[in-house]
Amino acid sequence: MTPNGEILSALEDFDLTIAPGEFFAIVGPTGCGKSTTLGLIAGLARPQAGEVTLFDAPVDGVDRRVGFVFQQDAVFPWRSVLGNVMAGPLFRGVPKAKAESTARDWIARVGLKGFEAHYPHQLSGGMRKRVALAQTFINNPQVLLMDEPFSALDVQTRELMQEELLQLWADAKSAVLFVTHDLDEAILLADRVAVLTTRPARVKSVHTIDLPRPRNVATLRYDEKFIAIARSISDDLREEVLRARAGH
Amino acid sequence: METMVERQRRRARLVLALRLAVLVFLVGGWEFGVRFGLIDPFFFGQPSGIAAKLVDWFENGTSIGPLWKQIWVTIYEAGAGFLIGAVMGILCGIALGRNQLLSDVFSIYIKVANSIPRVVLGSIFIVALGLGAASKIALAVVMVFFVVFANAFQGVREADKNLIANARIFGASDWQMTRAVVIPSALSWILASLHVSFGFALVGAIVGEFLGAAKAWAS
Repeated sequence: MTPNGEILSALEDFDLTIAPGEFFAIVGPTGCGKSTTLGLIAGLARPQAGEVTLFDAPVDGVDRRVGFVFQQDAVFPWRSVLGNVMAGPLFRGVPKAKAESTARDWIARVGLKGFEAHYPHQLSGGMRKRVALAQTFINNPQVLLMDEPFSALDVQTRELMQEELLQLWADAKSAVLFVTHDLDEAILLADRVAVLTTRPARVKSVHTIDLPRPRNVATLRYDEKFIAIARSISDDLREEVLRARAGH
Repeated sequence: METMVERQRRRARLVLALRLAVLVFLVGGWEFGVRFGLIDPFFFGQPSGIAAKLVDWFENGTSIGPLWKQIWVTIYEAGAGFLIGAVMGILCGIALGRNQLLSDVFSIYIKVANSIPRVVLGSIFIVALGLGAASKIALAVVMVFFVVFANAFQGVREADKNLIANARIFGASDWQMTRAVVIPSALSWILASLHVSFGFALVGAIVGEFLGAAKAWAS
């Protein structure tokens, strides 16, 4: 990421520049290295060759300006909702009282008011995802990496969470890099969508999604413009999925 | 119609009755086996004889002092050995589980030490530490340590990778990670090992007493 807030991600011949505050989605066939890329940007893994740069400096460990929402549940099962949401600020040295009041605020913003004392096993999958969103947004990330965050949810819950995410993102103004294999989801949420090739991952094409905001996730699906965009990108994507299945 | 609670109660009573039946059958079979000459009481004793001896010990004390004192000494040895062994096992398990270098260096020595038959150490401890409680506690410690250590180590290693990644993103330092993520996830492993290892602590204390103990140590 450059000083003016651009993310530059390279995987082989893999170059992407993301503007500050932009919602950027990556779709590609399963196993093409999408999750690996996010792990490298987050500093959770080190590249075997080459370099990842963020804010104009090589990534060396985890950067506090980065948030990450995982595909699987990553809430702490032995902590209450409040304890989970407070975790980030407490790790970062925020005084307990301040962390708690901020956490209560975020819990209310993701619609979990009244569930502060509940433990993750008492919540539904969608509610645990809300906890994960509050845990992430409370740290005020400038760059938000999301690795198929809603893929484990049922269709109705997923739609609600997408709506919720768009609202949180509109307030937080962070740059989002959203990885998914669901093309509809990518188009509904993002400003731009990149289609990746099968391994080695290259950017096959980048599409600007020219749909007005704020978007209504529930109705946008049936909009003619949405369908036209989805059709053009899906031809692109299908080609890669078939190539992946053929074992290229 | 029976309610759920009634059915559960009835089942609990049934289980209790069957358990008592098994006890009566086993102890009664033993007693009658001896009386009818099928079991040699010289080797295997006799339930009524055991009960009479216990009553005698309670009333008149054993040949080396009152019974409660004997029981207390053994429990003290096992308890102290269990505490020391468990604390050492948990600390070492977490330290080696979290630090790759420590684990690379020490794991081979722990494996070697673990392969020593522990009961054999009992005689050495008695010679080195004397006939008092110290030698029994030491034996209980080595019995407990390896079980708890192995579980704590494994528990740390099995901590959910997603939770660790998540905590790292949140900005947790190594120590915060250990406290907030690693220890809570290892806790179920550690607790399971504590159940088993208390039995081992008792074995250590009693084998130590077998090998040689000071008379009326506590007085």
